Amino acid sequence: MKQWIAFWNILKKDMRAYYLKPPNISWGLVFPVAWAAMFFIKSGRGLESVRTLLPGLMAFSILFGTTSLLSVTITFEKKNRSFERLLLAPISLELLMLSKTSGAILFGMANPLVPLVLAMFLTDLSGISWVALLPAALLISISSTFLGLFIAVSVSEVFEAQTFSNFFRFPMIFLCGLFFPVSSLPVFLRPFSYLLPLTYGVDILHGAIHGGNAMPLIWDFLIIMIFCIVLFYISLKIILKRWII
Amino acid sequence: MIELLYFRNSYPMTKLIEVKEITKKFDDITAVDGISFSVARGELFGFLGPNGAGKTTTINMLTGLARPDSGTISIGGVDCSKNPKAAQSLFGVVPDESNLYPELSGFDNLCFCAALYGMGDKERRKKAASLLETFGLKEAGHRKFAGYSRGMKRKLTIAAGVIHNPPLLFLDEPTTGIDVASARLIRQLIAELRDTGTTIFLTTHYIEEAERLCDRIAFIVNGRIVRIDSVANLLQPVKGMHSMMIFVSGMKPDLSMTLSSTFPDLRFSIPSGNMIRVESGAPIFVSPLARFLEDRNIDVMEARRLRPSLEDVFAQITGIESEKMKKEKEKKGGGS
Ligand SMILES: Nc1ncnc2c1ncn2[C@@H]1O[C@H](COP(=O)(O)OP(=O)(O)OP(=O)(O)O)[C@@H](O)[C@H]1O
Ligand SMILES: [Mg+2]
Repeated sequence: MKQWIAFWNILKKDMRAYYLKPPNISWGLVFPVAWAAMFFIKSGRGLESVRTLLPGLMAFSILFGTTSLLSVTITFEKKNRSFERLLLAPISLELLMLSKTSGAILFGMANPLVPLVLAMFLTDLSGISWVALLPAALLISISSTFLGLFIAVSVSEVFEAQTFSNFFRFPMIFLCGLFFPVSSLPVFLRPFSYLLPLTYGVDILHGAIHGGNAMPLIWDFLIIMIFCIVLFYISLKIILKRWII
Repeated sequence: MIELLYFRNSYPMTKLIEVKEITKKFDDITAVDGISFSVARGELFGFLGPNGAGKTTTINMLTGLARPDSGTISIGGVDCSKNPKAAQSLFGVVPDESNLYPELSGFDNLCFCAALYGMGDKERRKKAASLLETFGLKEAGHRKFAGYSRGMKRKLTIAAGVIHNPPLLFLDEPTTGIDVASARLIRQLIAELRDTGTTIFLTTHYIEEAERLCDRIAFIVNGRIVRIDSVANLLQPVKGMHSMMIFVSGMKPDLSMTLSSTFPDLRFSIPSGNMIRVESGAPIFVSPLARFLEDRNIDVMEARRLRPSLEDVFAQITGIESEKMKKEKEKKGGGS
């Protein structure tokens, strides 16, 4: 019970102090919309292409809405030493890190609503498999957040965390099949695609929205879940090694 | 308070902290070098030493922010060297730096810290408001921590350390960097906490502070405890030592010599042009000295008995003048 009071208040504090601030909201909302418009215009196709663009846009807005947040909630707090308070609190490290990341995960879940609602006005969205789409969005959000966590605990400065998250996420737009299928990439790049959790999440979204998945969905789900667990525990290990000296 | 009583009754042992032979190295420096000590329940234990002696490193190991390379730590009967999280609900920590959340108000900071220890909503709001009042931060309570002065930050950090009424409190240089009145307030508060049964582990470089507050003191230099004893015992060797400072005007050049030959039981030194320092193994009487000086046309302006202090003990034991150490500290700026 006491641990959950701590959990909830850490989450609430991060929400109030960081997530619901204008820069984050604009980054999470305006940026994906701008990209959506750009891709739509560039594709030069009619409204029927909205459906094939939607999976990539949703994944994109989740990825950009989550990864950079951890540089503030984790790296910045470590830097100004307030993170020590959390390490000193009688709450297990697992629960602590879940409370530090669940804000970003929820925020990541809210972001793809923007392209989704826009698409609803532009085209008919009937036939979407919500049963696959919603858990896929959640898993993309979790894996992107934990990737951000992994980066945030591996560096010491906020700018490093931001640089590294861009180092990962810009290539991911092209490597993970957001707008072009992985099979269209040069052969030597494909192994990198399969090393990134987003590839599997995006594949589920394609399957859920227009039936264009490259792998069986059950495999996609399984693999992205394994990525989430591994990224989380590696991050905990790094914290124990680097921060509890 | 109820929690505290429960805690006290449930472990009938007297040692709350027991540390055996802990060592911590950072690359090539040994920050803490095989120290052992114990702190009794209800005791106010002082950790005194110059900059870089290993005080903060010791606190970090006790509280679970650092792992000792070797040795054991037990707090409240829990072996913390194996499981650093196990004892964390038993204590509060006031770190050497004021590390609250800059973007939260003072009040929200306190409530948040209470919530970390599982305190309920109503209870923590009430306690936060009362602590703001105690620390004279009531007006500033709604302002962001980022805008606080250094002393205000320090006070709020101390309030955050005690908000969950911990039975054990670690204080890392609580009064560094704050004004005299606030420092007095904080010392008063520390004394009150001790009187209501809180066990306190205090590091400081203010010797008078340690002398006034602590039951027992450990002197730590270069990662080693050079002396550990009660304040009364520490003052013992200096107790049999009496000294006096006489302020005069019209000093004569060979005064020290003539004084020594007239009063062979006393030792004299002239630290400056208008002062004579007198030392003796027995109480010093002023009137013969004053008469002697007046006979030589030297006016006695004032004679002051010098109280034996821990400072003397410290200087004697460590070979470090505490003045020097204090100056270094002030240069460094300490706290924030
Ligand atoms: N994280 C660290 N990495 C490397 N060396 C460290 C680290 N922390 C402490 N040290 C070294 O260990 C020694 C003890 O430092 P510590 O902070 O414990 O001293 P202190 O007694 O608290 O001093 P102060 O009065 O200045 O606070 C110092 O030589 C310091 O440089
Ligand atoms: Mg220190």
